[in-house]
Amino acid sequence: MDSVLERINKNHFWKFPGGIHPPEQKFLTNDKPIKNLRLPKELILPLKQHIGNGGELLVKTGDKVLKGQALTRSDNPMSVPIHAPTSGTISAIKNSIIAHPSGMSELCVFLTPDGQETWVARNIVENFYSLSKKNIVEKIADAGIAGMGGAGFPTSIKVNTSPGLKYLIINAAECEPYITADDLLIREHSSAIINGIDILNHLLEPEIILIGIEDNKPQAIAALQAASQKNDKIKVCVLPTKYPTGGEKQLIQALTGQEVPSGVLPLSLGVVVQNIATVFSISEAIINDIPLLRRVVTVTGQALQKPQNVWALIGTPIQHLVEQCGFNETEQQRVIMGGPLMGFALPTLQVPVVKTTNCILAPTNIEISPASKELECIRCGQCSDACPSSLLPQELQWQAKAKEFDKLEELNLFDCIECGACAYVCPSQIPLVQYYRVAKAEIRHNRVQDFKADRAKLRFEARKVRLEKEKVAREEKHQKALAARKAAAKTSEGQANNSAIAAALARVKAKKAQGGEAETTGIDSSVDGGDVKSRAAQAIARAKAKKAAQQTTSTPVTVESDSKSQAAAAIARVKAKKLAKEQAAQAASEITEEIVKPEVAKSKVAKSKTAEPEVVKLSPADEKKAKAKAAVAKAKAKKLAKEQAAKAVTEITEEAVKPEIAKSKAAKSKVAKSKVAEPETAEPEVVKLSPADEKKAKAKAAVAKAKAKKLAKEQAAQAASEITEETVKPEVAKPKAAKSKVAEPETAEPETAEPEIAKLSPADEKKAKIAKAITKAKANKSSVSKPSSSISDDDKKKKISAAISKAKAKKATATINKEESE
Amino acid sequence: MTFWIASSPHNHIKAATPSLMRFVIMAAIPGVFAQWYFFGWGTIVQIALAILFAVLAEITFLAIRDKNIKSQITDFSAVLTGLLIGISVPSLAPWWITAIGSIFAIGVVKQLYGGLGFNLFNPAMAAYVLLLISFPLQMTSWQPVNSLLVDDISFFNNLWLVLTGYTWEGFSVEQIRMSVDGITMATPLDTLKTDLTLGLTVNESFANPVFGEFIGLGWEWVNIGFLLGGLLLIAKKAIDWVIPASFLGSLLIFSFIAYTISPDSSASTMFHWLSGGTMLGAFFILTDPVSAATTKKGRVLYAALAALLVYLIRKFGGYPDAIAFAVLLCNMAVPLIDQYCRPRTYGHKGVN
Amino acid sequence: MEILISILVFGLLASGFGALLGYASVRFKVEGDPLVEQIDALLPQTQCGQCGYPGCKPYADAVANGEAINKCAPGGDDTIKKIADLMGVEVQPLDENHSVDNTPKVAFVIEEDCIGCTKCIQACPVDAITGAAKVMHTIIADECTGCDLCVDPCPVDCIIMIPIKQTPETWQWDLQSIDVVQID
Repeated sequence: MDSVLERINKNHFWKFPGGIHPPEQKFLTNDKPIKNLRLPKELILPLKQHIGNGGELLVKTGDKVLKGQALTRSDNPMSVPIHAPTSGTISAIKNSIIAHPSGMSELCVFLTPDGQETWVARNIVENFYSLSKKNIVEKIADAGIAGMGGAGFPTSIKVNTSPGLKYLIINAAECEPYITADDLLIREHSSAIINGIDILNHLLEPEIILIGIEDNKPQAIAALQAASQKNDKIKVCVLPTKYPTGGEKQLIQALTGQEVPSGVLPLSLGVVVQNIATVFSISEAIINDIPLLRRVVTVTGQALQKPQNVWALIGTPIQHLVEQCGFNETEQQRVIMGGPLMGFALPTLQVPVVKTTNCILAPTNIEISPASKELECIRCGQCSDACPSSLLPQELQWQAKAKEFDKLEELNLFDCIECGACAYVCPSQIPLVQYYRVAKAEIRHNRVQDFKADRAKLRFEARKVRLEKEKVAREEKHQKALAARKAAAKTSEGQANNSAIAAALARVKAKKAQGGEAETTGIDSSVDGGDVKSRAAQAIARAKAKKAAQQTTSTPVTVESDSKSQAAAAIARVKAKKLAKEQAAQAASEITEEIVKPEVAKSKVAKSKTAEPEVVKLSPADEKKAKAKAAVAKAKAKKLAKEQAAKAVTEITEEAVKPEIAKSKAAKSKVAKSKVAEPETAEPEVVKLSPADEKKAKAKAAVAKAKAKKLAKEQAAQAASEITEETVKPEVAKPKAAKSKVAEPETAEPETAEPEIAKLSPADEKKAKIAKAITKAKANKSSVSKPSSSISDDDKKKKISAAISKAKAKKATATINKEESE
Repeated sequence: MTFWIASSPHNHIKAATPSLMRFVIMAAIPGVFAQWYFFGWGTIVQIALAILFAVLAEITFLAIRDKNIKSQITDFSAVLTGLLIGISVPSLAPWWITAIGSIFAIGVVKQLYGGLGFNLFNPAMAAYVLLLISFPLQMTSWQPVNSLLVDDISFFNNLWLVLTGYTWEGFSVEQIRMSVDGITMATPLDTLKTDLTLGLTVNESFANPVFGEFIGLGWEWVNIGFLLGGLLLIAKKAIDWVIPASFLGSLLIFSFIAYTISPDSSASTMFHWLSGGTMLGAFFILTDPVSAATTKKGRVLYAALAALLVYLIRKFGGYPDAIAFAVLLCNMAVPLIDQYCRPRTYGHKGVN
Repeated sequence: MEILISILVFGLLASGFGALLGYASVRFKVEGDPLVEQIDALLPQTQCGQCGYPGCKPYADAVANGEAINKCAPGGDDTIKKIADLMGVEVQPLDENHSVDNTPKVAFVIEEDCIGCTKCIQACPVDAITGAAKVMHTIIADECTGCDLCVDPCPVDCIIMIPIKQTPETWQWDLQSIDVVQID
């Protein structure tokens, strides 16, 4: 320690290996004062501007905010709040391109300034020594201060350590070419900076405070020396200019001769490094209660007429900055955020200034030539001479190209600070840093993947074990049950009075049944002991759903529950959805299916309309059943769509039979139309019919619809057979029409309705044809025969029918019109 | 408005591989000039031939490998290889020697290994060794310096000699190499070696006219020429100073040790430094980045190993000069050297 | 006589070295991972079954017994290359029958459609779906391997596979992929 101090006092510092001396180009901006900018039209404030997590939003679109008002709240130490840099209105909260090399979007708050600059209430503290340390750390956290040098590590974490540091190092090296932001800040605000250092001194109680500054900033050095005279703990250490002196690890090495061990924070050496701009912000936050609202940004490069340092509000679009400095776009223009060695090129000027933005560089091509084509590495080793971390860039490059990730880690790739010195000196213009970044990203990705794979493996194996156990348990149960049954049989022979055992047996059986059921469906057996029947019904429905999904046979729905309205809605919805999907996928079937499309859309609309009011009326039990129905319907629809798709090809080949197809399509479309119409009528029905009737009716409708749909599809597919059927149709249709008419009034009588439907349920072809015919007849005759037939019914029915037919007619004409226009 | 996206660093030093190669070629001029001055036009003819064949071979092989010929030929690496071959080949060697050397260097040693940056061996030296082993007679027929010759050879005669084996007047190479007193002349190193094996002491051997006043008539100046060029390269940071320094330093140490042990049978350090291809090797061949070690420590070791080999071969080996053999052997050792000479990375305790 | 001596000498030498080698092979035997374990370690552990085997381990087993190495679709060419390296066989392109687009995905339950049938829970090889009978299920996105085995069993098609979106944190420095905005 003493020798370190001695050396520091003698201004005799250490050297770090490597380093380069690129042209400094600081003269462009270091002779002009920091300029205040006009308010931009809009400020874009990314929620996350630093390493860590974004905060929680506190405002919403349309809110009026005051200058300095917090927009987000930090809920953990790694997140840092953002503040409104000026007063105004939140105009939007949406994704926008952020200041990140990827050019990706993240959530940003858009603030339209009102020009009033109205502050929130501030609490100016003259004497910060009166504040407790905890209080100061809290204030720093609330002010949203994150490291302003580059990485943006939350400052509150860095300063929240137990006091008794060895060194507090203030990084004012500013080693990157072009950048003069810190230089100017020191010159103009040295006293505030010293205040900030005093606060840190108070907070961290270091043994000594070292300000590391490069010797190319004589005015700033003088200003700092003058301002720090009264505090002899502060040493202004003037270092020779060499890039990257400003790197945290390099600065520590240059000032103290110590190396930060790989993978740990400098704090382990008793060192804390703070950027000088951060120190200034700390002073502003503690003394003047100004959160981090603005920062000095060097706007430079020869593509600008007036390069200058500016006070930029956080969130100012870069466009605004460069325009104010006389931006002339040149050919192959690049705009770089950060310096020429570590900055990243911006994809657009709409990117905002963030807390870590220290420079905007708009160079001309003569000034910084665009990357030329990379040549072969000639192993000249200049890169390893330039590397400040004593890595072997050329070997890293080979391994990175070969994707030898293990070797890369062996070569300490992760100690690379991406300073760019190697790529700067490479005579073959190899973008070395880019190779390292890609390799690092890939290694990180692979680590995550490996971790996930390991977890997946563990979980998979755990699952296997579990399944095995369950199987064993089940078998055991079976065995026990069997044994019990045998025992029971034996005892029943031997004993006359076995009522108690019989009761026990019954209990066991019941239990077993319950358990078995649960197992087959995967339900845990904790079903509430309410309606056993309904449970059974559900199970059956589900099983059927399963069956339906597995088999292509079109077993119609068994109508045993009495509330199917939801099911109907669901069926139609799902079918429509499926159809649309399939159509999109199968270009081949497009021609024929085009006709169906508009109806699909319509049916969707109609169904969604009807579905909502009904939902309210259904009892929970009903709802469950309805859902089961929906599932069945969906499964069916799925199968059908698939079948149809498969047959679509044959359809095309049957172009010769087109007229027939067209006809059948017409029929189909009518079917669909009638389907569409029905749900609309459902609403008036809801009012008039008794709940039970209504449900029945809807269930019927649903069943019929499903059948109609399916059969129509089959027809379409089997165009050849259709021809023959077409001839039979009139004959078939008429009686069926009558039948269908019968079916409708029947909906009022549950007793007859059920067998009727049950009759339809077998999957044999005959029945299917009947069903098909029913629907066809319905479709064909709906507009003609329905009104006449309904006259004979009673008043209520008549009204309903009239409504139905009206709606249907309306629909039909509408769709026909549409078809024609298409 | 379209922006260009590029990876950082955006700034770049203006050095580029082609200009580096060009600069190395330029730096060879003083040495070549001295060689021309003392050995006549033959040197220039050989260099021209070697460069011609090297470039032709490069174009041919790049075409075969379906590479971008223009960009790779303009990196001047083939020209540099040709130049080095031209310098190393005796000025009176027949043209096909040079042609074989150049084509072998480019075709086999460089392109078959994958082109610039991938060759394990220094192409010029590998070619030289091939020629030396295959055609020992032609490859050792260095003419004595001009001043020792009966007649000066004109440029035209020299060209004719290289192309046909005879001067226009009909003198053969052997006749040309005769000195005034009718003895076939060899290089100083060769002479010394022969004399030492004959049992003469170094001092006795130095009486031979090939040694001139100082070390080796003509050769010393050629070496000084390359030394000058080399210093220029170091000054301009085109080559790393470590390799030449380590090489020459080690050579000094080894020769000094030998000299103190047996002054009669060991030549002085100065003799070793300024004869044969020492300086050419130190500044132009060992420093070839592709085939040299890349780590700092590795380079020191690499050059020291080369110096040791040079000395051992010169002293005990069958060949008078040893730069080429030493360089090839060291090239082979490079991967191993680099493996064990990795620098300690910042923040790490030891080399892993 | 000389012949005999030389035969004797070489015979002794041969048996000596043979004994030495035999001893070395016993003494320095490397207890490496069994091949199956090594292959299993290279597989992505999605347990997706796209290779035709019920999980990654069974496929590893099969590969060790001579099954083609190019059937792992989620692992893609990288995995094939690694297995080829391990087994010392030629790298093969991904088998066409098994090639699917292997962008990383995660399953997602469309909640309003879920009927709580638990079929997906049974299908999930890594137990990454939570839920009970008749209540809505959901997927633990962090544990989902994107194998899409839960998609087919769903009777109401309420599970979809969503490609995992790239964020600035997971971005892989592909500068070519940035589309530069063309203003005016």
